[in-house]
Amino acid sequence: MVPLSYYLFLSGLIFSIGVLGFLIRRNLLVMFMCIELMLNGVNLFLVTFAKKFSSLDGQIFVFLIMTVAAAEAAVGLAIIIAFFRNKKSANVDDLNLMKW
Amino acid sequence: MIDYCWLVPFLPLLGFLLNGLLGKNIGKKLAGWVGCGSVFLSFLVALKIFSELLSYPASERFFQKTLFTWVVSGNFNINIGFQIDPLSTVMMLVVSGVGFVIHLYSVGYMGKDPGYFRYFSFLNLFVFSMLTLVMADNFLLLYLGWEGVGLCSYLLIGFWYEKRSAADAGKKAFITTRIGDLGFALGIILLFWTFGNLNYTQVFSQAPSVLSHGGALITAITLLLFLGAVGKSAQIPLYVWLPDAMEGPSPVSALIHAATMVTAGVYVVARCHVLYELAPLSMGIVAVIGAATAIYAASIALVQNDIKRILAYSTISQLGYMFLACGVGAFACGIFHLFTHAFFKALLFLGAGAVMHALSGELDLRKMGDLKRYLPVTFWCFLAGVLAISGIPFFSGFFSKDEILWKAFSSPHGGFLLWLIGFITAGMTAFYMFRLFCSIFLGKSRVEEKVKPHIHEAPKSMTIPMIVLAILSVIGGWIGIPHVLGGKEHFGKFLSVVFEKGPETHGIIHSAKAESLLMILSVLVVLIGIAVAYLFYISRPQLPKNLAEKYKGPYKVLLNKYYVDEFYNKAIVGPFINLALWFWKFIDVAIIDGFANGSAYILGWISGVARKVQTGYVRNYALSLLLGAVVILAYFVLR
Repeated sequence: MVPLSYYLFLSGLIFSIGVLGFLIRRNLLVMFMCIELMLNGVNLFLVTFAKKFSSLDGQIFVFLIMTVAAAEAAVGLAIIIAFFRNKKSANVDDLNLMKW
Repeated sequence: MIDYCWLVPFLPLLGFLLNGLLGKNIGKKLAGWVGCGSVFLSFLVALKIFSELLSYPASERFFQKTLFTWVVSGNFNINIGFQIDPLSTVMMLVVSGVGFVIHLYSVGYMGKDPGYFRYFSFLNLFVFSMLTLVMADNFLLLYLGWEGVGLCSYLLIGFWYEKRSAADAGKKAFITTRIGDLGFALGIILLFWTFGNLNYTQVFSQAPSVLSHGGALITAITLLLFLGAVGKSAQIPLYVWLPDAMEGPSPVSALIHAATMVTAGVYVVARCHVLYELAPLSMGIVAVIGAATAIYAASIALVQNDIKRILAYSTISQLGYMFLACGVGAFACGIFHLFTHAFFKALLFLGAGAVMHALSGELDLRKMGDLKRYLPVTFWCFLAGVLAISGIPFFSGFFSKDEILWKAFSSPHGGFLLWLIGFITAGMTAFYMFRLFCSIFLGKSRVEEKVKPHIHEAPKSMTIPMIVLAILSVIGGWIGIPHVLGGKEHFGKFLSVVFEKGPETHGIIHSAKAESLLMILSVLVVLIGIAVAYLFYISRPQLPKNLAEKYKGPYKVLLNKYYVDEFYNKAIVGPFINLALWFWKFIDVAIIDGFANGSAYILGWISGVARKVQTGYVRNYALSLLLGAVVILAYFVLR
């Protein structure tokens, strides 16, 4: 039996990697994958505790998040493609028109 | 018909709305019909009310008709209501009757003016305001009419607003009367403060018990109300607007001088006679101002050369007589003079208009003379007016003026000095009116050559009103023939219900002998005035010039109207303009605008700094999101 803290540690690690990657990387696709990482980190967290407390709530949440993530992936990728067509670039720093 | 007394002011209002809103579309002819017809109908209603009033016994001639409630606030209640009593009926008849005649004259006089509709709608509004003023049964409604009259005088004096001098004259009239109106408003507020009510009946019935006789409060109230009357009725020191009001069309002058506007002040003093009788000091001031104005304005009129200006000063002088009468407690005499004056002054202005009409707008009497041959109708009508205003026996002005002089002499409030001033003024009046008359119609023609071929008598629509007024000027006084001359004084008796005196009737001199003696004296002085005028302007035309040369100083002072306008400009208008400039440049531009612009500038600066946060880089937003989440989390963890 793997101890609970391992799961939690792993989920925190995945989440942190996602956050850091989102903050540091410039490539839109990579940033997008980092968002997925964060979501999945949270998913793991939820599943862990669902198992620990034998409650289905966490599991249901995970399904919800996965659905949202799928939808988000579809919309997000579409936006990225549209952006790339316009700018011939996938660099997020080129996406800075919305400022003062 | 008394139940329908609201029709009297309502009909001219309807005329105003019709002409004002639709005037351009209904054509000149119909607009003239609407303008005259509404006032004529209102005159008929007033006449009917008058005849019904006569059918009641004298003590029951008092009605109040409430249309609807206007203002309700706690115990304070103001109605739109009209009061029908002898005083308001007389005023109604004068305003609508003389007003109608003037409307009729205007049809011919203003026929070619492009602002025909505007003119008639203003004229109707004027009549409406004045009728509201005289018929109101409370002070607030009176004030409504009061302000309406002021507004209309502004609109009509400045009727030819494209002319600079007319626009200025309109403003002058409005602002000058405004000074008086301020006093009037304060007086009404004081009345409200004292009585908690503004209805005539309540105020007048409570006044003797609430206010002490001759106390400071009643003196203040009456003097403030009188200040308003001084402004509207053009007395010293606020008379300066009336001579300039000549810039308006002649019928407007006739309306302002005869039927509406200037008579408002006399009416208010007469209406509030209960209050004035409680304040002997105010009565004295009214009498002194009246007498002073009478002789002062008459002296200016002696040397003026503009025919309408002479008439304007004569109006001021005659109004002085009316106030003199009110001041000595002879309110009925004041109203009687107002009544006769309305006829002959309207007539004289319409006559002056006809002369102007004939001479292509000439107003200088040095460029007239011998017009009798060309304008026979105007000549005879004008003669009737001149005889009436001079006070020739059995013309209307004679009865009213002599009664005022007698009352000024005999009343306990009057005295020899007041009588003497009125007496001298009577002589001066005769002189300047005959100077005017002789210079226009008699003597040698001094008309400019280029005008001469165009001289023509006025059209029928102008002469008929003049004839009507001329007849009234002759016979109008016969309803008030004093007892001394075997008359019955119907007019005074009719009004006596309104003016029935309190306890103090003692001290009045009753002497038929003295009265007839004074009457003879005043007729003599009038005849002397006429004789001098005839000598100066017909038989020896060189004389006035020589006199003017000899007494250059006084002549110049009179010709320049005592330099009062110049003085006012220097002493009051100038400083006020400077004050207004200071308010504009400093208070408005620097301080108020400074605040508004300053706060906008500061906000702009703050947001200029704050907007730097919006970098446009997704990372920065994400970082702040993360930091925010951390802070919230830290708060919950470390709490």
